[in-house]
Amino acid sequence: MSMIEFSSVSKRYPSGQEALSGVSFAIGAGEMVFLTGHSGAGKSTLMKLIMLMERASTGQVVIGGRNINRLSSGRVPYHRRQVGVVFQNHQLLFDRNVFENVALPLRVAGYQSREVGRRVRASLDKVGLLHKERHNPITLSGGEQQRVGIARAVVNKPPILLADEPTGNLDPELSAEIMNLFMQFNAVGVTTLIASHDLALVRRINKRVLTLAQGSLVHDGYLAELQTEEFEL
Amino acid sequence: MSRGATRINSKQSPPELSATAVKRSSKGAVQSKTGVASKWSSYLGHHRESFYESLSRLIGAPIQSFMTAAVVAIALALPATLLVALNNFAQLGQSWEVNPKISVFLNVRARATAMEQLIAEIKTYTDVAQVDFLSPEQALQDFQQFSGFGEALSSLEENPLPATIIVTPSVGAMAPDRLRALADKIAASAIVEEVSMDMAWVRRLQELMALGKKVVLALASLLGIGVLLVIGNTIRLAIENRRDEIVVSKLVGGTNSFVRRPFLYSGLWYGLLGGGLACCIVMAGYLVVEPSVARLAALYQSEFDLQGLGFTGAIQLMALSAGLGLCGAWLAVSRHLSDIEPS
Repeated sequence: MSMIEFSSVSKRYPSGQEALSGVSFAIGAGEMVFLTGHSGAGKSTLMKLIMLMERASTGQVVIGGRNINRLSSGRVPYHRRQVGVVFQNHQLLFDRNVFENVALPLRVAGYQSREVGRRVRASLDKVGLLHKERHNPITLSGGEQQRVGIARAVVNKPPILLADEPTGNLDPELSAEIMNLFMQFNAVGVTTLIASHDLALVRRINKRVLTLAQGSLVHDGYLAELQTEEFEL
Repeated sequence: MSRGATRINSKQSPPELSATAVKRSSKGAVQSKTGVASKWSSYLGHHRESFYESLSRLIGAPIQSFMTAAVVAIALALPATLLVALNNFAQLGQSWEVNPKISVFLNVRARATAMEQLIAEIKTYTDVAQVDFLSPEQALQDFQQFSGFGEALSSLEENPLPATIIVTPSVGAMAPDRLRALADKIAASAIVEEVSMDMAWVRRLQELMALGKKVVLALASLLGIGVLLVIGNTIRLAIENRRDEIVVSKLVGGTNSFVRRPFLYSGLWYGLLGGGLACCIVMAGYLVVEPSVARLAALYQSEFDLQGLGFTGAIQLMALSAGLGLCGAWLAVSRHLSDIEPS
């Protein structure tokens, strides 16, 4: 069963710019896939379509067997609870501590506070930041902030995990650590889609890669099959 | 971190895209087992949380909160004071002892039994408080005594005055139309020659009161709209200040009502605080004015007692203010919250 399925999806913004054109692919449940391409190639738009920050202009986006184009705006929050997202700029709130940042998805979903505490600590433990739960995220390093973002993305155990340039601002060693985390989540069955232009890292992990160029899907397969030149478009 | 990895691998089942996945996962059982009851309790939980959180935000910015509440209070205290004054005015009007008495002049040829019958009948009317009978002889005596025409009258062969029934309407029947209806009912009797009453003062007082109430209502409406706008604007600023939080909440699946709730509670708090302050202002005004009024009343030998807002009045004012606060917040929230979408 495919978890994420795009069929001839196009996205045209009101400005007239066509961010995606005729994109089709399917990602199976439990798969880990990288999304590469230059900035402006449509990676972010594709991610936004999956979490319904944008809707496709034409074509179908089917998540978990459900066509989300037809989802009413009232159902959008419930859809988003099924998709954990890690942002390049973390989107952490600096008016509250690490614990409360990670707890937010549970709070909005109405979990009991006892359950919240247990799950948040489990999640922080996984990313190795349990000892920093009382810190304000602003006092943490870039890598630590990213890990808080990851803990928040997985705290309510979503079946899908999206990451938009999660290693964008990190040095290679930290990047490898973050990727290691994603692989751990993928290993327990979370369908993982990571947008990244860190080709060296992508190559080393050797998972399926989708490559976008000017809004079109130009490659779908393993990086070994792809000549490096094709990326230097 | 490797420790974390083994934990994931050994303890967690693979998540799936459905509610049942939560149920199957060993740790999620507590959350979804109770279903509706659990949802309800978490809904109440968020209400409770928003209640306290918005209050602590209010206390966290005391000067700003106080200023907003003070504007609300002043806007509400003005019409509230006028209303209190109006009620006192009405009470003063009633204590002037100009209660209308209906004089029923009977036909001079009416028989005593018929008169007694009529008196008995009038006494049964619900709008009647008291019925007095004045015989022609008594009427003549009174007239001789008070008019100064004593000599002239005693020279008359026949008593020209008719028997009179004096009807005092009950307090509840002071409205002009009810008095008129009562008079008409009495006038329908065959032995009644004429019914007379002085209604001009009732009309005047009623009209004055109605006018005063209209003015207060108009003023209160305008100031009420002002309160709505003030609270709406305060909430709008609060929404702007918490834009990041709203965006992130929506990103992780917060519903609109979840995001809205704390702001609605803030509006409620501003309203309640403003209403409380307004009550204080009205009461302070009462304490300042009351001794002077009491001295003045004493000089006029009146038993007039200045009425304040009272407990019910204070509760009503607070409730009104809280309602306005909630509405103002609702306006701001529905206007601005939908604009904030993650992008």
